[in-house]
Amino acid sequence: MTSLNRLMPVAATTAVFLLGFLICALVFPNFASLRVVMNLLTDNAFLGIVAVGMTFVIISGGIDLSVGSVIGFTTVFLALAIERWGIPPLAAFAIILLVAAAFGAAMGAIIQYVDLPPFIVTLAGMFLARGASFLLSTESLPINADLYAHLSDLAFRLPGGARLTVPAMIMLAVVLAGMVLLHLTRFGANVYALGGSRVSTALMGVNVPRTTVLIYTLSAVLAGLSGIVFSLYTSSGYSLSAVGVELDAIAAVVIGGTLLSGGYGFIFGTFVGVLIQGLIQTYISFDGSLSSWWAKIATGLLLFAFIAFQQITLRMARRPRARAMGVVQP
Amino acid sequence: MNFKALMLGTALFGAGFSASALAADLTVGFSQIGSESGWRAAETTVSKSEAKKHNVTLKIADAQQKQENQIKAIRSFIAQGVDAIFLAPVVATGWDAVLKEAKEAQIPVVLLDRDIDPAGKDLYLTAVTSDSVHEGAVAGQWLVKTVGTKPCNVVELQGTVGASVATNRKKGFEEGIAGHPNVKIVRSQTGDFTRAKGKEVMESFIKAEGGGKNICAVYAHNDDMMVGAIQAMKEAGLKPGTEILTVSIDAVPDIFKAMAAGEANATVELTPNMAGPALDAVIAYKTKGTVPPKWIQTESKLYTQADNPKAVYESKKDLGY
Repeated sequence: MTSLNRLMPVAATTAVFLLGFLICALVFPNFASLRVVMNLLTDNAFLGIVAVGMTFVIISGGIDLSVGSVIGFTTVFLALAIERWGIPPLAAFAIILLVAAAFGAAMGAIIQYVDLPPFIVTLAGMFLARGASFLLSTESLPINADLYAHLSDLAFRLPGGARLTVPAMIMLAVVLAGMVLLHLTRFGANVYALGGSRVSTALMGVNVPRTTVLIYTLSAVLAGLSGIVFSLYTSSGYSLSAVGVELDAIAAVVIGGTLLSGGYGFIFGTFVGVLIQGLIQTYISFDGSLSSWWAKIATGLLLFAFIAFQQITLRMARRPRARAMGVVQP
Repeated sequence: MNFKALMLGTALFGAGFSASALAADLTVGFSQIGSESGWRAAETTVSKSEAKKHNVTLKIADAQQKQENQIKAIRSFIAQGVDAIFLAPVVATGWDAVLKEAKEAQIPVVLLDRDIDPAGKDLYLTAVTSDSVHEGAVAGQWLVKTVGTKPCNVVELQGTVGASVATNRKKGFEEGIAGHPNVKIVRSQTGDFTRAKGKEVMESFIKAEGGGKNICAVYAHNDDMMVGAIQAMKEAGLKPGTEILTVSIDAVPDIFKAMAAGEANATVELTPNMAGPALDAVIAYKTKGTVPPKWIQTESKLYTQADNPKAVYESKKDLGY
């Protein structure tokens, strides 16, 4: 693929977002405001954070279905740790990130050494984490710690009542760090290589087991971080929170132009994919008369369109080379 | 550059729009939990018709049972600059931050049907909810008045064990019959708020009470269980509505059908109209500056066979129950 071709899906996603925003701005007064943009960042912060982790996993050719449950578990754990067990919030954050890291590393190790499909292993992880959070508590537990009150008030005040909140800032930082890690480091290059072909990656001398374990560890840690952000967002812990977020994250990654089969994708695309989903929800609540299930339908249609688009561009990119090599296409 | 110009154009266009919106009637954003029950669906339907009656533009966001969706909806209502926000909270906790934002934007918030964690009392204008203890009391008082001084053995079908509604409706009924030793609860068991379980439990009550001869009245914590119980009584050859009195709570359409057929006696309404009183409060607050009380209790209206149950059934059957 030429470098222009390589950027096509991301450019298409970005164009869809800008077009969508423009349509909303034309239809609704008060839409084209800094406040709406900042709300998009704050309200989708937890999704954006897990979606960055999911991008790594999917580019490496895997999938992680456990992230939504890890978010739920994190919120319940934090609520209990801070309110009932008296652990200081920052210490609780550190503990839960370590727990999440261990959980992700274990899943990565099972995928690598037991040689099971990531789908099955992380599905098991999903049930495990959700079950564990129900075991801890089935009620929604408030978190009243000072740090929480302080952090949820803390924000850069921008004109027009807009605010850049802590969750939004954490999400933006994760997106930037993810870009650096994926596009500028050896680890990132290994992730792409893994998604291309496991066998040839191993032959190239890349430490495949280590990379696999690290990828799932990263995804789980980001899910834990997302859980922390989610608990800040609602100032509470609830075992039913973030049900189905793993699927929203996968949708964001695919809409963002990443190939579900691995080997290709950009963090920036994922970020825009998250914003598109947020934009659809915002459209529906601005309209106020549409059923909110339309958000799911619109996301489904977009997913479909992007997968079809990817297949077409991929084929167009492959055909000339295949012909040159004398391969006959079926 | 073109894009910038276009954005500026839209912003100006938008500004013009909102200025004209001020002169028009109020816009209210309603963050609804979802449509998990018939009652909830009816509440949504009634809210829409009440808004029309009050000349208010109602924007409804269905949260699909998720708090994060409710928070998002409230944020976007604030961004839209609505005049008031209605919130039927899915859980009690976690509303402080977003309600603070609404407060800063000077948009009054009214809670519908459920209350939130008490820490945020100053974060909302008022809460419109029903008092389930009172509902039980209304049912109890009706029975006391109907039987007069005759002795009356009551069997009670409770709601789900531990549910606050069940506890409150039991407590209220006991308050309602207090001081009337001729009326006493002889058996009480849970029917889980469902028809099937209500029927099953009623069958065992009938067996235990001499084929139903010792039972003078049935009290059920909701209409669904009563519909099941009526079925059980009919199958046992008893005549509900005449031989055995019935009183239950909720006022769903099916109980009116039974009342019209003379098989049920009374029901206490849990009104799906929470938006009506909320709209009244918001309009008074916006136009006259009247601050409503922190809690607006909805009416727990008693319906009996004298209230033309057939007409009530017709009016309720299309609400989505």
